[in-house]
Amino acid sequence: MSMLKIEIDGSELEVPHGSTVMDAVNKLGTYVPHFCYHRKLSIAANCRMCLVEVEKAPKPLPACATPVTDGMKVRTNSLAAKNAQNGVMEFLLINHPLDCPICDQGGECQLQDLAVGYGKGESRYQEEKRVVFSKNLGPLVAAEEMSRCIQCTRCVRFGAEIAGTMELGMINRGEHSEIVSFVGQTVDSELSGNMIDLCPVGALTSKPFRYAARTWELARRRSVSPHDSVGANLVVQVKQNRVLRVLPLENEDVNECWISDRDRFSYEALNGDDRLQRPLVRRDGQLQETDWDTALGEVAAGLRKAGKDFGLLAASSSTLEEFYLASRLAKSLGGAADFRLRHCDFSADGKRQGIPWLGMPIAELQKLDRVLLVGSFLRHDQPLLAHRLRQAAKAGAKICVVHSADDDLMMPVAHRIIVRPSDLPGALDGLEEGEIAQIMQSGEKAAIILGNFAQQHPDAARIHASAESLARRWNACLGVLGDAANGIGGYLADLPVGASAGAMVEAPRRAYMLLNTEPEFDVADPVRALRALRSADFVVSLSPFRPGVEDYAHVVLPMAAFTETSGTFVNCEGRVQSFEAAVRPLGEARPAWKILRQLGTLMGFHDFEFDTSEQARDACLGGRNVSSLLSNATSVAASTAGAKAPTIQRVADVPIYFSDGLARRSAPLQKTRQSRVPRAMMNERLLSQIGATSGGPVKVASATGAVEIVVGVDNGLPDGCVRLAGAHSSTALLGAMFGELSIERADDGAGAR
Amino acid sequence: MSEIAAATSAARANALSDASLARIDREIAKYPPEWKQSAVMAALSIAQDERGWLSTETMDFVAGYLGMAPVAVYEVATFYNMYNLKPTGKHKLTICTCLPCGLQGSLDAADHLRNRLKVDFNETTPDGNFTLKEGECMGACAMAPVILVNNKRMCDYMSHEKIDALIKELGGE
Repeated sequence: MSMLKIEIDGSELEVPHGSTVMDAVNKLGTYVPHFCYHRKLSIAANCRMCLVEVEKAPKPLPACATPVTDGMKVRTNSLAAKNAQNGVMEFLLINHPLDCPICDQGGECQLQDLAVGYGKGESRYQEEKRVVFSKNLGPLVAAEEMSRCIQCTRCVRFGAEIAGTMELGMINRGEHSEIVSFVGQTVDSELSGNMIDLCPVGALTSKPFRYAARTWELARRRSVSPHDSVGANLVVQVKQNRVLRVLPLENEDVNECWISDRDRFSYEALNGDDRLQRPLVRRDGQLQETDWDTALGEVAAGLRKAGKDFGLLAASSSTLEEFYLASRLAKSLGGAADFRLRHCDFSADGKRQGIPWLGMPIAELQKLDRVLLVGSFLRHDQPLLAHRLRQAAKAGAKICVVHSADDDLMMPVAHRIIVRPSDLPGALDGLEEGEIAQIMQSGEKAAIILGNFAQQHPDAARIHASAESLARRWNACLGVLGDAANGIGGYLADLPVGASAGAMVEAPRRAYMLLNTEPEFDVADPVRALRALRSADFVVSLSPFRPGVEDYAHVVLPMAAFTETSGTFVNCEGRVQSFEAAVRPLGEARPAWKILRQLGTLMGFHDFEFDTSEQARDACLGGRNVSSLLSNATSVAASTAGAKAPTIQRVADVPIYFSDGLARRSAPLQKTRQSRVPRAMMNERLLSQIGATSGGPVKVASATGAVEIVVGVDNGLPDGCVRLAGAHSSTALLGAMFGELSIERADDGAGAR
Repeated sequence: MSEIAAATSAARANALSDASLARIDREIAKYPPEWKQSAVMAALSIAQDERGWLSTETMDFVAGYLGMAPVAVYEVATFYNMYNLKPTGKHKLTICTCLPCGLQGSLDAADHLRNRLKVDFNETTPDGNFTLKEGECMGACAMAPVILVNNKRMCDYMSHEKIDALIKELGGE
């Protein structure tokens, strides 16, 4: 299609049909003041700040909502345009308090900035200003000063268009308009923090950051999120060696201009009381503080004694450098190391043709038109990828779901099959024909995506193989979301070494090293893991935090937390992203790669002498082209039915703010709705079968233990399933995240099986 | 989730009558299926016809019926002042007090109404027969003063005599 010619302030340019004057202005690189316009949101044209003069138009027009016509002549800073903009600013300031020095947004406020250029020196408005009461929107977003709101509705549009759920709205009209959540509810979206960035004034601010610092006091350091496989780019803001805020760093290919609340607010854990600052060594049964030399000496002795019988469990969010040195240590000792701690099926090891990955760049997700999502709590596991698929769905993509729970994805789902976990592989095999097959084959660009639940499933290899064969049949791309921030990094560092995480726990070893791992939360079966650790002769734990369970570790070494170490994450699309430390490690803590390096050298192993994390990274990558190593192809046999299915099965998700040590210790995240103590959810049929009532206590037992917990109803769950979150202290005694449970009423003990 | 279950059962309890739902369905049919929410204004007014006013629960039900976010329905219901967000008297009298009407005597008419009914704006007579409301432009400036009875019946050129007659007709003194 031909282009449209437009002249802006005397410069001519061509823009495609359908462009607005604002698009053209942006293309030209000039600036028109605006508040409500945001390139990722729909056009509202309600702030009127972007009024410009258009030749032959009788009055100024809003640049954001005026489509370009051929030959249009626009003037953005003529007298008429400037008068219009000044006039709008005067009206915006009528009800806005003129007390920037006491506003939390002061110094980083778009209204304040533009008022300098477009406002008057003093107000002509002498009458009373309106007052809007504060709202309680939950622990993350502060709406304390709603009188400052200029009704741009960015937050409302963000909810409806990006987060997928309209939690805020603007009620009433005219000067009575105000932003509210429906009847006093909180904002619970896992992306809600972005509203703070979007708000052009001080109406919505960050609750944890409020009045902690002024923007000009903060140093800004780039970083990468350690929480999920997206690898969102971050700006870590620091004052006096303390992280005070985390904001998104725009990267259109990865996180656009968004980050999830987990990425944004987990930093609160860094400044908590339970950070470990000095090495601990067990003396007379007690962990006591000591110096580094003593602690490292004990570790070297302990590991030497165990020799080959050594197992290393590394958090999946470890950096590439940490993985690399961990893998070298395990190899040098002849022991084992793995990072796939929440997995329980390792039968695909040795049968993969490459490193599992998303199968496409992240940005491509948005362009898919047919998607089959298998076994994924997507909004909790990879919130930003859920947003990408939501945008695809809005553009017409048909999303199909095969899963064991029917959580609201906040996007239209074309077809769903919800089955018991044990039936998940069978359900996939049965997809060769039927509605989903029809949908999947009717598009241009189809993908099958395996979520965390599918990868952590006891039949994960079979699920993968079935998905692979379906992808071939439907000519679809197969993608693996990656249940770790740095899963690809782990494989690149040549992990697993020796044995899988499952085998290391199954057959206890004499010595263990835990790298930023809390076995009571971070592994597939906490009960078995703790049993293995307790029976070991020697356990060393590298952790940024004081251990929650104190009885298994013999030495605890304080490692630098996220933001305190340099390193590299490889995200699910195979993007290698290195980052520097934003602050110095707290107390005597050291970056884990340095601890491992020192330990390796101390024990007399070769190839541990790296001066910088970059050297370790380069040694690990060895000049290899990462993208050529990625493949989702396996040679696992597609079928063979599993063992007899249990009558009542556990469906375990990892709640979003329990996924890792940082999120678990972030006070604001722990106050959200998502962090409430998990309930045993089941459908009404199972509930009435055991004779319990919703809200009452039940006793849930597994092969390893029993817990008493409150029961709830979720009719989206399949028959014979109890959904009970993992990674939580209230359910840790139940052990494995999959498998058989028995359940009975706990109030009078008279329940049925 | 249990909240969803609770919301569903609450929605069932707040369901409108079949006759109202049939009327709403007729409105929905006027728009393409993916734009069901275009019927929200009509649906709210039908719901109000049945219930007399729009409670939060009623708006929740309408939201669920049209597949909209509840807060989006709340936005619409608070924007237009013909929707009653609180119970009103049997007859809601809304008098326009905008500038053109005001110039043509509607402020005087409003005073007369207040004196006759002995209530102020946004108040209901003790017998529950009348609620008095101040309205925005009704597009009938030429016929000022104008009074709207229960959102549906427009009375124009409302002199004191005509106001007295209207009050009498509606069962007042």
